[in-house]
Amino acid sequence: MRAAFERRRHLLDFAVRSLARRPTKNLGLVAIYALVVFLVGSVMLYGAAIRREAAVMLASGPELTAQAMVMGRHEMSRTTDVAALKGLRGVRRIEPRLWGYLWDSAGAANYTLMVPPASDGAHALAKGEAIVGEGVARARRLAPGKMLFLVSPAGKFLKTKVKSVLPADSALVSSDLVLVEESDFRAFFELPPDVWTDVAITVANPREVATVAEKAALKLPGHRFVTRADMTRTAEALFSWREGLALALLAGALLAFAILAFDKASGLSAEEKREIGILKAIGWETRDVISAKLFEGGLISGLAFLLGVIGAWTHVFFFSAGLFEPVLKGWATLYPHFPLAPTIDALEIATLAMLTIVPYMAAILVPVWRTAAADPDAVMR
Amino acid sequence: MSGRSPAERMRGSTATAIVFGTLTAIGTGLVVGPMIVADAAARRERAAALVGELALSDLALFTEARYTRNPSLADLHTPFQDGPASLEHFPTASLVVAPRGLPSGRLEAREE
Amino acid sequence: MITLEGVTKVFNQGRHNEVTAVGGVDLDIADGRVTVLRGPSGSGKTTLLTVIGCLARPTTGRVRIDGEMVSGLPERFLTEVRRRTFGFVFQKFNLIRGLSALDNVVLPALPLGVAHRSLVDKAVGLLEHFGLADRVFLAVENLSGGEAQRVAIARALINDPAVVIADEPTASLDGERVGQFLAIAEELKRTGKTVLMTSHDPRITEAAIVDRLVTMADGRIVEVAP
Repeated sequence: MRAAFERRRHLLDFAVRSLARRPTKNLGLVAIYALVVFLVGSVMLYGAAIRREAAVMLASGPELTAQAMVMGRHEMSRTTDVAALKGLRGVRRIEPRLWGYLWDSAGAANYTLMVPPASDGAHALAKGEAIVGEGVARARRLAPGKMLFLVSPAGKFLKTKVKSVLPADSALVSSDLVLVEESDFRAFFELPPDVWTDVAITVANPREVATVAEKAALKLPGHRFVTRADMTRTAEALFSWREGLALALLAGALLAFAILAFDKASGLSAEEKREIGILKAIGWETRDVISAKLFEGGLISGLAFLLGVIGAWTHVFFFSAGLFEPVLKGWATLYPHFPLAPTIDALEIATLAMLTIVPYMAAILVPVWRTAAADPDAVMR
Repeated sequence: MSGRSPAERMRGSTATAIVFGTLTAIGTGLVVGPMIVADAAARRERAAALVGELALSDLALFTEARYTRNPSLADLHTPFQDGPASLEHFPTASLVVAPRGLPSGRLEAREE
Repeated sequence: MITLEGVTKVFNQGRHNEVTAVGGVDLDIADGRVTVLRGPSGSGKTTLLTVIGCLARPTTGRVRIDGEMVSGLPERFLTEVRRRTFGFVFQKFNLIRGLSALDNVVLPALPLGVAHRSLVDKAVGLLEHFGLADRVFLAVENLSGGEAQRVAIARALINDPAVVIADEPTASLDGERVGQFLAIAEELKRTGKTVLMTSHDPRITEAAIVDRLVTMADGRIVEVAP
């Protein structure tokens, strides 16, 4: 037992001394390797964190959203449509919503203008008042008490006084919101009093969502019913897609590194072959040689993995994935500032380890095996 | 180092254990620390409450066009959407620089 | 006691460049004696040394060590026998460059799982014994030829082998160093080790410590004296 442990420890000692002979080369290798782990790890951690964030937050949204459709395009719902849904079994609440987009040329950004639902006492507004999201406040330098002027595409003006700014905590879902009072909204967009953007439906029993959607669709054949599961799925797919895209872009770098690693690890130099021959001749078994070489590979890839993962974690959760912002935000000018909640997923880390450590170790193993299995008498010649 | 006997020199395995141990400790600290300190759950709770109160449907991450702001509520498969400078269908736009001459220039989101 | 019976070693067997390096050798190597294999280069003495030292298996014939047949053993057991029985001093020393003298000396003992402290103390003791006390931490490529050979000898002795095998030990040494080497060989003999060397250097073959001189030519033994 003790001897077996001491043997491994000796082989590890040897691996360290062996690597220490070429410090610049090996540290350089660790640095490049760590950079690759860092990039891939950042993408994976960010993607997973934002998917989780989306799943948790959107879980409290309305179970069903009804949208009027005309020729495949979104249309306004009528008050009569809302009335038609009343009395549907299993429905707890029906909330017609008013919201829409506004391109603000002053801020060069898209806002989402919205009227707080009647049931929402916390955000109740008087005429001429507005509540803005964190991004809007940042873009227009707003604070409670300041004035916000909006111009509609038709040239209408809306002058509001900022009542409050939504907390930065919720920036991920509310960054671009401008909440206004209903009559202000209708006047600004010149909407008749009996139209709504869509209808949010709260279902009493979450297991009945599909049934309720089916029955509602019979009552309002011109409407499309989007379930909350659809929304979460959309978010999930969208971020998986972007993560995949970023990984695809990184594939070039990964491939370059793989070639480098393979070349370094697999092409044993004459010097390395000679050393393996010496070790065999002085009494090392094939498995001793392989263990020592695997320790070398493990030291390099393990160190690079730890450094890369720590770097990626710091980047994503302490610097909000700053390096990826340009890719992720696209053309959006109101990119929310939000902290991502650090959450660790053992499977993610294991996947990353599999992707980075295993190929490197395999690239080392095969050629060493071939060389070490040869008869050791070559060193005498 | 010269003052000590050869057997007392630090062994490579000891150095390895120290380096890997330190890195693992730092890593664990970075992972566990924020989970204890930051009230991530409370923050999510507040955001989720807002989602419930306002009946929100999507993340406000990509605000450039209707179908990116509310992907789950956008029209079905409409190729030309009504974003001011966006005439594409798929999020490849996130990898392409916006055309020059976008109205009144872009905002620096990091200001303040 | 090492016994060879009808040992042959053929390289590239069955191919057009087939070479018979050793062709039918019978030989007894007595314990605790100094045996020298002599002959011109190409006479097969180094190849015979690799077969005796279990670095290679004979093509035909048998090798026994203390009565135990080792020539047919699989690789793993052969390695086991080799590191238990033999210490090697190679012609070009075969030290690992970049490692210190100490790190080179301990190499054969690493897979045995010996306790670190006793191993290092023993290696330093050997180096000191061979007058290398101030070379312990010096990388081996910075040593002189004679110092490198003494490091190689220390490495050969670290596992306390019964047999020390040296291939052309004086090929890269000047006159004064040859005397030093002979003194070490004599000391090994005195401590009960079997010493087996190849050489065509008269300073070795005619030395007083040599108990037995085996002359080879074209892969065969032509003379054994005494």
